[in-house]
Amino acid sequence: MAAVVIRDVEKAFGSLRVIHGINVDIADGEFVVLVGPSGCGKSTLLRMIAGLEQITGGSISIGGRVVNNLPPKDRDTAMVFQNYALYPHMTVHDNMAFSLKLRHADAKLIGERVAKAAAILNLEDYLQRYPRQLSGGQRQRVAMGRAIVRDPQVFLFDEPLSNLDAKLRVQMRTEIKALHQRLKTTTVYVTHDQIEAMTMADRIVVMHDGIVEQIGTPLELYDHPANTFVAGFIGSPAMNFLPGTLRNGAVETAGGQAIRVAMPKAEDGQPVILGVRPEHLKIGNGHGIKGQVSVLEPTGAETQIFVDTPSGPVTAVVSERHSFAPGTPITLEPRPDCIHLFDAQSGRHL
Amino acid sequence: MTDVAVKPVAATSDTEGMAYLVTRSRKLVTVYLPLSLLVFVLLFPFYWMGVTTFKPNDELYNFREHNPFWIASPTLSNIDKLLFHTEYPQWLFNTMTIAVVATCISIFASVLAAYAITRLRFKGAQTIGLMIFLAYLVPPSILFIPLATIVFQLGVFDSNWALILTYPTFLIPFCTWLLMGYFKSIPYELEECALIDGATRLQILWKITLPLAVPGLISAGIFAFTLSWNEFIYALAFISSEEEKTVPVGVLTQLVEGDVYHWGALMAGALFGSLPVAILYSFFVEHYVSSLTGAVKE
Amino acid sequence: MSQAVATGVLSPRRSLADMIPAAALLIVFLAYPLGLGVWLGFTDARIGRPGIFTGLENYISLFEDDVFLLSVFNTILYTSVATVIKFGLGLWLALLLNNSMPFKAFIRAIVLLPYIVPTVLSAIAFWWIYDAQFSIISWALVKMGIIDHYIDFLGEPNMARGSLIAANIWRGIPFVAICLLAGLQTISPSLYEAAALDGASAWQRFRHVTVPMLMPILSVVLTFSVLFTFTDFQLVYAITRGGPVNSTHLMATLAFQRAIAGGRLGEGAAISTAMIPFLIFATVFSYYGLQRRKWQQGGHDD
Repeated sequence: MAAVVIRDVEKAFGSLRVIHGINVDIADGEFVVLVGPSGCGKSTLLRMIAGLEQITGGSISIGGRVVNNLPPKDRDTAMVFQNYALYPHMTVHDNMAFSLKLRHADAKLIGERVAKAAAILNLEDYLQRYPRQLSGGQRQRVAMGRAIVRDPQVFLFDEPLSNLDAKLRVQMRTEIKALHQRLKTTTVYVTHDQIEAMTMADRIVVMHDGIVEQIGTPLELYDHPANTFVAGFIGSPAMNFLPGTLRNGAVETAGGQAIRVAMPKAEDGQPVILGVRPEHLKIGNGHGIKGQVSVLEPTGAETQIFVDTPSGPVTAVVSERHSFAPGTPITLEPRPDCIHLFDAQSGRHL
Repeated sequence: MTDVAVKPVAATSDTEGMAYLVTRSRKLVTVYLPLSLLVFVLLFPFYWMGVTTFKPNDELYNFREHNPFWIASPTLSNIDKLLFHTEYPQWLFNTMTIAVVATCISIFASVLAAYAITRLRFKGAQTIGLMIFLAYLVPPSILFIPLATIVFQLGVFDSNWALILTYPTFLIPFCTWLLMGYFKSIPYELEECALIDGATRLQILWKITLPLAVPGLISAGIFAFTLSWNEFIYALAFISSEEEKTVPVGVLTQLVEGDVYHWGALMAGALFGSLPVAILYSFFVEHYVSSLTGAVKE
Repeated sequence: MSQAVATGVLSPRRSLADMIPAAALLIVFLAYPLGLGVWLGFTDARIGRPGIFTGLENYISLFEDDVFLLSVFNTILYTSVATVIKFGLGLWLALLLNNSMPFKAFIRAIVLLPYIVPTVLSAIAFWWIYDAQFSIISWALVKMGIIDHYIDFLGEPNMARGSLIAANIWRGIPFVAICLLAGLQTISPSLYEAAALDGASAWQRFRHVTVPMLMPILSVVLTFSVLFTFTDFQLVYAITRGGPVNSTHLMATLAFQRAIAGGRLGEGAAISTAMIPFLIFATVFSYYGLQRRKWQQGGHDD
């Protein structure tokens, strides 16, 4: 177990710079998720921690040791790959024992460690099978078992659940989280799925185009997003954005509606973007966003209402059941303490 | 999940991997040096072939005065001797004709056979396919004696027809196997679609399957052509008169007069005999490589 | 599919008919000759007159024929030595080509040239390179001071065998290298990365990832190579014709000499047929010995 310090890290492939100066401090035992859309550099950063890619600029230290020039085998990290990367010609047992065999560990130690990992992951019945004979979820567990047997300072996960079907994904999420609580090893987890990030992380690092947009606990990012990107990325369905101008304590939207805002930290006349999450809109009858119902999606537990407004489409999620006909006029009232204001040009939260 | 627009990363390699761990100098010693050595060894005979071809005879045998690696006064006399004072042009014509005709016959038969095997779904189909491929493994050095008697009985002994008829024995198995692989990769749904649209079997083969299998046809054709050029033992055994010989046989047997080896002309013959195949190969490298590896990958 | 089969457009009858051209050619010119060849080995046929059945007479006399026994020895020696070295160097070349480097495609293309060019023609080039008086190799070695007189490459039995083996290796390396390179490229890089993280050095990665994953294709290439090397004719015929003093005769060249040059078809056929047991053994050994692995069977990998 160790802390991971990423300081001013940059990465370029030839002349193409893909990571521009990233700083992240990961505490010992923390579960940190790197999340962002495809191409944002999260996998590259993870691979740089592992030593699978060269660090073009800056430094990465694990457990206080700068690892820039250390080959992967000396960094004491274990990685779970997206496609599992199990050795096809070895049984499950041998896959997990491989790292210890390379170090000439004695058979007793190997037996103990493999048995322990297999027990944690419910793989005892599969130890003599080959990867080709396993299902996706089982292979994933074997990949994790291989990492556990290593007993490394840091676990690295590279989108391990992307190849699993939805139901299995939910199940594995919980298992991975439980594993972390049990082993308490520092973990860096990469995903493009914000739900995975929200449910599993101690802290989330939101990345975009090679830079860090925001670092914080899941709820911090949810309640206080630093900019429109984070606000729109975290939370599903995504936050609604209404561009407008701030005047007299209210945002005048392009559609000509005025929504009152408490304590705006902006000047009068400043172009702003108003953000409010679908779950913070309730159906009202006076003040608020006016529009017409377009589509209704009842999910049983709640109802998603898609509304056409002069400022564009707006989504609301309410817990009551409704049955509005398309075209019905509707007013959506935002919860006053849940309204976000962003600068229209920079996207920064005001 | 999120409707935020994503700027795609440029289409360069998105991973260089662990290559950075091997220093430049280390790579020089462990990769570039051995590679240069191997490439040198593999190509030197060709260089030597070329140098000898263009060297005049007195220079050729005189190592004391001339560095053998260079040519002091290049000459075309060896080439002249080869092209105008031997039957070489005739051999070239023979070999080309045989190769082209044998290849065409073989491709024709192979296409039909491969198509039948891949589209016919009975248990024996795969076995027949395997047997056809195994036929490729029957070595010509076992078959040449009985084939000599057959060729004689058919009355085509000492003519190019002997080779045109016997070359398909090793061309067809290989081409069939190769084409089977290509046909298998063409989804059958395409042909079913055409069937529903009312096409006949010949139309399907001609308009749908074959156009999609063109890379395979090219690969098979190139490989068959190269194999024909490379064949020797049948050509040596079945043909005796000088005008009917093929290039490999002719160059080996006719360019030696008694005890005198005309090395200049011999090398010219070797060089020019290699040229047609080498030129064809240079245009279709990928196809040749894919036919080679395709056959081995089964 | 069944519909199409049933309606006759792709019926079994039609498809079987499609196979007639190939089948006819192969039966007349391959299957029948194979049987005929075996039969001829049991006769005393000569060029110009058909033979009568003589049973095992040919084989018995061959068994006592020193030249024949020598050719068997030569063939086995030639095949085993050449194959081992060919595969060692071929694998090395494949590994070298598997790195990233400038002009890789071009290098890969020219490396294959020895294999593309008609064997006899490159054999003639080697014949010239091995010339007792004008060998460029001898000249270079003398110039560098390593030896003091020209090497008689083809005049002395063991030297001749070595020279032929070298020429065979030269020709065979590209084939092995290109096929193994194709195999190397199918190995997922993440396997190497996982092994590196597990603590494997470069050699350990080679031993535990590259070699096992390469085994299937290696066994196939080996089968081919052994087969074609064992039955090689062109190289030996072109360079030494089996000499000096029959010391480089392979079974194929001896068969040719006895049957075509000597006119004794029956005897030649017996020699050729004698190759078959060796071939079957070699094929079975290299194919099944190396290939059948439990871990390859089962479902699909990612």
